[in-house]
Amino acid sequence: MSDVVLAGVSVAYDGAPVVCDLDLSVASGEWLALIGPNGAGKTTILRAIARLVPFRGAISIGSRALTELSSREVARQVAVLVQEPQMPVGMTVSQYVLLGRAPHLGYLGKESARDRGIVREVVRRLSMEELASRPLDRLSGGERQRAAIARALAQQAPVLLIDEPTSSLDVGRQQSVLELIDQLRREQELTVIAAMHELTLAGQYADRLALLVDGRLAAVGLAAEVLTERAITEHYRAQVRVIQMNGSGTAVVPVRN
Amino acid sequence: MTATVTVSVVSERPAALAGMPRLPWPWAAAGLGALVICCAVGVLVGPVHIGVGAVVQALIGGQVDPGQANILWSLRFPRVVLGVLVGGTLAVSGAAYQGVFRNPLADPYLLGAAAGANLGATLAIAFAPGTSILAVNIVPLAAFVGAGAAVAGAYALGRSVTGLRSATGLILAGVAIAAFFNSIQSYVQQTQTASIRQVYSWILGRLVTAGWDDVLLILPYVILSAAAIFVHRRLLDALTLGEDEVTSLGIPVRRVRLIVVVAATLGTAAVVAVAGTIAFVGIIVPHAIRLLIGRSYRVVVAPAELPIGVITAFLGAPFFIAVMRSTRAAAL
Repeated sequence: MSDVVLAGVSVAYDGAPVVCDLDLSVASGEWLALIGPNGAGKTTILRAIARLVPFRGAISIGSRALTELSSREVARQVAVLVQEPQMPVGMTVSQYVLLGRAPHLGYLGKESARDRGIVREVVRRLSMEELASRPLDRLSGGERQRAAIARALAQQAPVLLIDEPTSSLDVGRQQSVLELIDQLRREQELTVIAAMHELTLAGQYADRLALLVDGRLAAVGLAAEVLTERAITEHYRAQVRVIQMNGSGTAVVPVRN
Repeated sequence: MTATVTVSVVSERPAALAGMPRLPWPWAAAGLGALVICCAVGVLVGPVHIGVGAVVQALIGGQVDPGQANILWSLRFPRVVLGVLVGGTLAVSGAAYQGVFRNPLADPYLLGAAAGANLGATLAIAFAPGTSILAVNIVPLAAFVGAGAAVAGAYALGRSVTGLRSATGLILAGVAIAAFFNSIQSYVQQTQTASIRQVYSWILGRLVTAGWDDVLLILPYVILSAAAIFVHRRLLDALTLGEDEVTSLGIPVRRVRLIVVVAATLGTAAVVAVAGTIAFVGIIVPHAIRLLIGRSYRVVVAPAELPIGVITAFLGAPFFIAVMRSTRAAAL
């Protein structure tokens, strides 16, 4: 089981509170989208779950407290896809994906044939075989995003944290990346927690949405419940229309008066 | 997509993964060949003519003129071995610093090792000329201690200011410490004008040696340093990711950084102590290898670096300019 439970979690940067007393639980295999205006604390919550930032309160993964785990154990439970992954110049896709095996190796350990086999499977699963020997700096934006997903996948962690998976992609690539994540989630029963700024896409792909405002939970629930004109107008200071599209989700459309 | 493969299912085939870094044998062989040539030149060239036959005889323990044997064994062989150790160590340490600090311009002297060594040597030359401790000349010892003290100081300063959250704090601390040590060194040098020539000749760096003493003095540190960096090569590759990304892979970034910096400093301090501050090698060689072979630390800190290290120690500045030019051409 890889459910993620946050109880009374607070995070402060240099004394300034960023996340305040947050309670949130994500079921095993669920996709939760964290939405909210810039600076609401979405990234910080992801960083806390990956234990990249000190927090107060309790976070548990699969009923084990995060603070009880070693760094490598955390990394075997939680894979992180940051918003702008560093793509080291000259590093090939294979080398990059292989870095995802780090949590399964000893400090000075070397990758085994099994690790390389896993990388090959991941690369094949993401249809990147012909890119395996290509340096990262010669990939397109969409290919880079797939490489980053591959590295996270090679980590074989049941929980996948994603920060803005589609931030620099065109609408077609946004859809294909999200479809890919969703397929992988189903195949491998991943728990996905993703900070998303595209509200319509968030509603279409996530099981539930959590709306964060100033580090606090303003609403959590299904897209139709959370994505209301009133909430978005109030918290995003945006002019929008919310349209229920029969069976195709909830569309949030900016309007101009 | 029809894929139903899950990543936990792994084939039993021997894994040959495309796109993994490999040490290209032609380049490694070329490096080794060039190393042999350089060593041969280093052994054969000198004020006293000694033929190839005599050198070979000396190496295999055959009949050699005692005078020639003496020159070979107490001057030329140790000099060449020292050159290999110094060049190789500076090159490997430079690569390690560049990896740890994610800065292509980092060199082994980045954290003040050179300034510390210079100060230590200057103090020893000025105030205790000709002294030795346990039959070892005090100058290299003082330089070694100075280099270590400077880097330790930089590390402590960087840690107290930024808590080592960023490599930048450490680099700035190194700059500050180097400036501080350099100012003391200049002061000592100005007040002790009698020893100024000796100090300068030390600072400018050299590979003259009085036999095997220097080689034996630095050998343990050089081996330890190179081995420690070599076993961290996979982690040095991982450090090229962002801070959050490396940490989220369960890699103890600070520990890796500390161990590699200590190892690289140990090697640098040792070679600086006997050879003075030889510039550029720590920058040129890793970049040359990246241009020729590839960027992965798996190959950059591999033993192939050693031969190329000694070559650039000979070629020096012209090579640096060439590397700079080709890098710029590639960037444009």
